Amino acid sequence: MGRIQLKQVKKAFGDVEVIPPLDLEINDGEFVVFVGPSGCGKSTLLRLIAGLEDTTSGSIEIDGEDATGLPPAKRGLAMVFQSYALYPHMSVRKNIAFPMRMAKVPQEEQEKRIAQAAEALNLTDYLDRRPGQLSGGQRQRVAIGRAIVREPAAFLFDEPLSNLDAALRVGMRLEISELHKRLKTTMIYVTHDQVEAMTMADKIVVLQAGVIEQVGSPLELYRTPRNKFVAGFIGSPKMNLIEGAEAAKHNAHTIGARPEHISVSGDTGTWKGTVGVSEHLGSDTFFHVNVEGFAEPLTVRAGGDVDLHYGDTIYLTPDPALIHKFDGNGLRIE
Amino acid sequence: MARAVSKNRKTLNTVIAGTLGFLMFFPIVWIVVVSLKTEEDAIRAPLEILFSSGWTLESFGAVQARSDYFKHFSNSVIISLGSTFLGLLIAIPAAWAMAFVPAKRTKDVLMWMLSTKMLPPVGVLIPIYLIFRDTGLLDSRLGLTFVLMMINLPIIIWMLYTYFREIPGEILEAARMDGASLRDEVIYVLTPMAIPGMASTILLNIILSWNEAFWTLNLTAAKAAPLTAFIASFSSPEGLFYAKLSAASVMAIAPILIMGWFSQKQLVRGLTFGAVK
Repeated sequence: MGRIQLKQVKKAFGDVEVIPPLDLEINDGEFVVFVGPSGCGKSTLLRLIAGLEDTTSGSIEIDGEDATGLPPAKRGLAMVFQSYALYPHMSVRKNIAFPMRMAKVPQEEQEKRIAQAAEALNLTDYLDRRPGQLSGGQRQRVAIGRAIVREPAAFLFDEPLSNLDAALRVGMRLEISELHKRLKTTMIYVTHDQVEAMTMADKIVVLQAGVIEQVGSPLELYRTPRNKFVAGFIGSPKMNLIEGAEAAKHNAHTIGARPEHISVSGDTGTWKGTVGVSEHLGSDTFFHVNVEGFAEPLTVRAGGDVDLHYGDTIYLTPDPALIHKFDGNGLRIE
Repeated sequence: MARAVSKNRKTLNTVIAGTLGFLMFFPIVWIVVVSLKTEEDAIRAPLEILFSSGWTLESFGAVQARSDYFKHFSNSVIISLGSTFLGLLIAIPAAWAMAFVPAKRTKDVLMWMLSTKMLPPVGVLIPIYLIFRDTGLLDSRLGLTFVLMMINLPIIIWMLYTYFREIPGEILEAARMDGASLRDEVIYVLTPMAIPGMASTILLNIILSWNEAFWTLNLTAAKAAPLTAFIASFSSPEGLFYAKLSAASVMAIAPILIMGWFSQKQLVRGLTFGAVK
């Protein structure tokens, strides 16, 4: 089981309130991602759940029991750190065994679980090496192995992939997702990368300055962002946000159109502009377009074979059904 | 650095380094040479000492006959090991707290501790002497152990602090998450990771205590006198006996010199305060 409830949890460092009182419910077996720009308090929130930081006020319940005052060791949670935090003086085997040794698991049971974890994580050949002799990806797998063998109520991941190179990151992303499907254990995952959030999460929690901006499934956030911040943060490339006269036509302070919801034409359309930088990805092309009368250039997605070049005239038409409208406070208008 | 160093430059560097090394080591060599001479030969001109006189061990015999080397030696061992051990007992928790749970004034406390090392010891000689006299600690190994521990404590704490600081906090947090109590964390994670640093701290502190002469000479007479007092007793009012003085010095520095040789690597790391990786 791994149901975690945060009730009016607040964290302040001295006079600085990092997380104003906040409520959050994480259901058993859910893959929850905390996402937000750096300094938004997502790691602090995770550390509060882990017990590595004390809450200033409010309570944290794990499986219905108050865990607010419990030390990390007693919460039954396992954590994977950004720096992997392996014990450099121990072999991989001993690293993985450490939490079981602390819990006084019988020797045979330890061996069994180590073998299983090593098998699942492709570490069998490396059990007798030291962490210093492993690559980044292998180290991360050892850290995950160390977390698995404890059979925790929930896994906490603190930006586990940010030290890996891009190719490895995609692979590990899949491995962690598969692990979740297999174990069906609650996972809380912190990242600043919205692609990781979108691809892995059952539920995304978007944070800014310690405040939860929106909680929802990846597609909910994508389709109905509650405010301008979420609209701009979720989705890649970013949603185009347009203010001024064009927005007023839709009775809004700001309107938003995703690059993939704007169609491109060489000769006719709603907005006329000139092509700036274009990014060719093969399957897609992203054009940065300067539209007459708009303060900011727009980003639009076109097919890989669209033949437009720097300085060409381009016509853009947003899909009227997929235009997001926001009021003066940045909140969504339905 | 990918800078090309010419062959001449390298030779020059080697010669300079060699010369400096020899200059630094020369006094010790000379003490050994003189200790192997008779008293008459020892006061002759340097070249004559080296080339036109015989070698003898008689000074060593004379030194041992006049005062008991092993008593001083054991005093030195007890005082230097004792003060190091006591110092570690206090310094490990102190450095731990300052490295891992720093408070607002931790830096100030560290600087203040270091500043006590800048105080000339003679400035506190009289109060300490009086305290020792009144508490009966004069000429006792316990008193000396205690004073040397206090003298070196700032250095031990500073060194351990810098080593502990190198240990990433996340590893200790990982141990906590893995169910380790504070005790487990110290025994299974922190200590093994800090062993190289602790070893150099211990070595350096033993050497400093072994060589400490100001307090050992001023606070001891006969019973607790370590090897520093043993050497000093040979520069006596009866005149200078170079050969015997040298023999005494050789006997006093030999143990620590040998220990230093065997632990050079650790020591260099210790003396650079962990700055070189």
